Amino acid sequence: MKIGLFIPCFMNELYPKASMATLKVLENLGIDVEYPMYQTCCGQAQANTGCSNETKVLAERFLKIFKNYDYIVAPSGSCVSMVRHNYAQFLQGRDGFEHMRTHTYELVEFLHDIIKPKSMNATFAHKVGIHNSCHAHRELGMASMSEKNVPEFSKIKNILDKVDGISYSELTRKDECCGFGGTFAITEEALSLAMGRARLQDHLNAGSEYITGVDMSCLMHMQGIIDREKMPLKTIYIAQILAGDTP
Amino acid sequence: MSHSTGHSELAEKFANNVERMNWHDKALWFVRLKRDNQAKSLDEWEELRSTADKIKKHTLENLANYLEEFEKNALSRGIKVHWAKDAKEHNKIVLDILNSKNVKMVVKSKSMLTEECHLNPFLEKHGIEVVDTDLGERIVQLRNEPPSHIVLPAIHLKKEDVGTTFEKFLNTQKGNSDPTYLTRAARAHLRKKFLGADASMTGVNFAIAETGGIVVCTNEGNADLGSSLPKLHIACMGVEKIIPRLKDLSIFIRLLARSATGQPVTSYTSHYHGPVEDGEMHIIIVDNGRSNILSTDKYKKSLQCIRCGACLNTCPVYRRSGGHSYGYTIPGPIGSTLAPSRDLKKYSTLPFACSLCASCSNVCPVQVDLHQQLYLRRQDVVDAGYLSPAKYRVLKMATWLMSHPRIMDFAGLLARKIVPLLPRSIIYSKINIWGKSRELPKFPKNSFKELYKAKKGSK
Repeated sequence: MKIGLFIPCFMNELYPKASMATLKVLENLGIDVEYPMYQTCCGQAQANTGCSNETKVLAERFLKIFKNYDYIVAPSGSCVSMVRHNYAQFLQGRDGFEHMRTHTYELVEFLHDIIKPKSMNATFAHKVGIHNSCHAHRELGMASMSEKNVPEFSKIKNILDKVDGISYSELTRKDECCGFGGTFAITEEALSLAMGRARLQDHLNAGSEYITGVDMSCLMHMQGIIDREKMPLKTIYIAQILAGDTP
Repeated sequence: MSHSTGHSELAEKFANNVERMNWHDKALWFVRLKRDNQAKSLDEWEELRSTADKIKKHTLENLANYLEEFEKNALSRGIKVHWAKDAKEHNKIVLDILNSKNVKMVVKSKSMLTEECHLNPFLEKHGIEVVDTDLGERIVQLRNEPPSHIVLPAIHLKKEDVGTTFEKFLNTQKGNSDPTYLTRAARAHLRKKFLGADASMTGVNFAIAETGGIVVCTNEGNADLGSSLPKLHIACMGVEKIIPRLKDLSIFIRLLARSATGQPVTSYTSHYHGPVEDGEMHIIIVDNGRSNILSTDKYKKSLQCIRCGACLNTCPVYRRSGGHSYGYTIPGPIGSTLAPSRDLKKYSTLPFACSLCASCSNVCPVQVDLHQQLYLRRQDVVDAGYLSPAKYRVLKMATWLMSHPRIMDFAGLLARKIVPLLPRSIIYSKINIWGKSRELPKFPKNSFKELYKAKKGSK
């Protein structure tokens, strides 16, 4: 089984540690991972701004680079959702697309659904608040949504449960948007900030030491507010917990 | 972005009053939680949603047939049926009916359609007094404001705001904002209007093709009182309000109030099957752009909407920006997809007033794919050339860079080397919108790709 690793463009440039932790988690489980060198971006920023011509260029690149892997794994719920839900408009019927669409997984989702590890061989003795990032949560279905009348579950929590010493904080709004939203963070700056602050206040009240999640972009936004307002909170990308990286 | 209504500017203004924004957010979140309690008290909730979706989908696919069936059955009940292709025709029909009976004052229960058609100012211009009888609607009418929510029209106002409004218009005691006191004052005021009205108008929640009857849901009973006292009743409905059979109604009644306000059912669910004794009942069936929406595969599902307002209550953007920031009769996610059908240029910022969190699509009792529609609407905005040229240039340049990985790597390397050397005043200059209230991440020495290469090279 050959896995193609997709690292979101901004993570490649800004979050090498979180990206390396992703690689480490997969390799520790004995998975054959390859990072294709000429990958860049899934085109989500373009797509979410409505620039379909530009998105198409990047969707086609993505297909060319990744279509021959057995699975494609990415440390991002929103990039995976882009491939799974929004690429069809540009790539429907193209050779290899259906395989790629159905075999592209977010890291934790891949562990949970495909690899099913017994343990993670990691310790994280902290109270953690899980950030259910919207695209992973509602488009990939990684946990039960508060809007729906369905049995409660969380793939994220199921995987984190395999880490020794971890405990969780209880939030009052367990799946409200943090306000990142890609270009929304700029277009609607005031609301983006208000939403971010509200999420962080919920974590402060709940006693979270760390906020973790499967989308580094949301964490980047929240960490940006934490740093500016000097809040007693930290964010950590989930792969770093799973890889046993000490913060 | 072409800022004709400019959601982000109006939203910022609303959000600047932090205390009020948080109050507004909490008030609506409370309604969302009440809705959750109701939704979770029914094991068959998700099945109800998918059944409602199917009924609405089927109805829209056969809309012309069901409308004709409805008309035939309504006529046979002695109801007069009118067809209006747009707001102008609708308003003229209403005026003609009212003039034919020499009506001077009309009491109106909640109807978003008449808001959409701007009926009130039209009738007032023609010398007819219109009194909105829903309490929230009356409050905003007195203040000369549009409703800020489709179910809770005065949700943007605190009781103190209502107190000062009533002081001015209903001569209540100065400084008294006790809700019971104010409600009683409104009740006394409205009672006089009910008794003095020559005609009533109502909206329509559901029109049943099989029976030719209509259903109106209210909590205040104002539709019932209004339509029972005067001899003339005019009900206005969009073409999409049709449901095929009486038995389909049970699905929607179970969903509507639970989704809207977290009640199992509204206090009044009133069925109208004809005029009162010696009276007249008219139904005006309005298109006003709906058949245009119906002809688009991408957006026709928005016509399934039953106007419960659940997508507004759950929307983190709506809750923190208020209904007036949308500049359209219907705010929130559903309004943001309906408004661009009417005028893409004018409402070009609304599809972007959304973080694509998808809560709306999952709270919607008839499964309208709201966030997906807003995602697609953005493409319409760009294709029509209404995205700001600056923003478009940035994304075009980024795309070029992303198509040339070596150059992109080099650009990344440069940024990681240079940015940390720059003084804070330059990094956090005015053009850095991200950095206005947020820190940028600390730029690392190496990219992941560099670390990966080094790791593979050392093997």
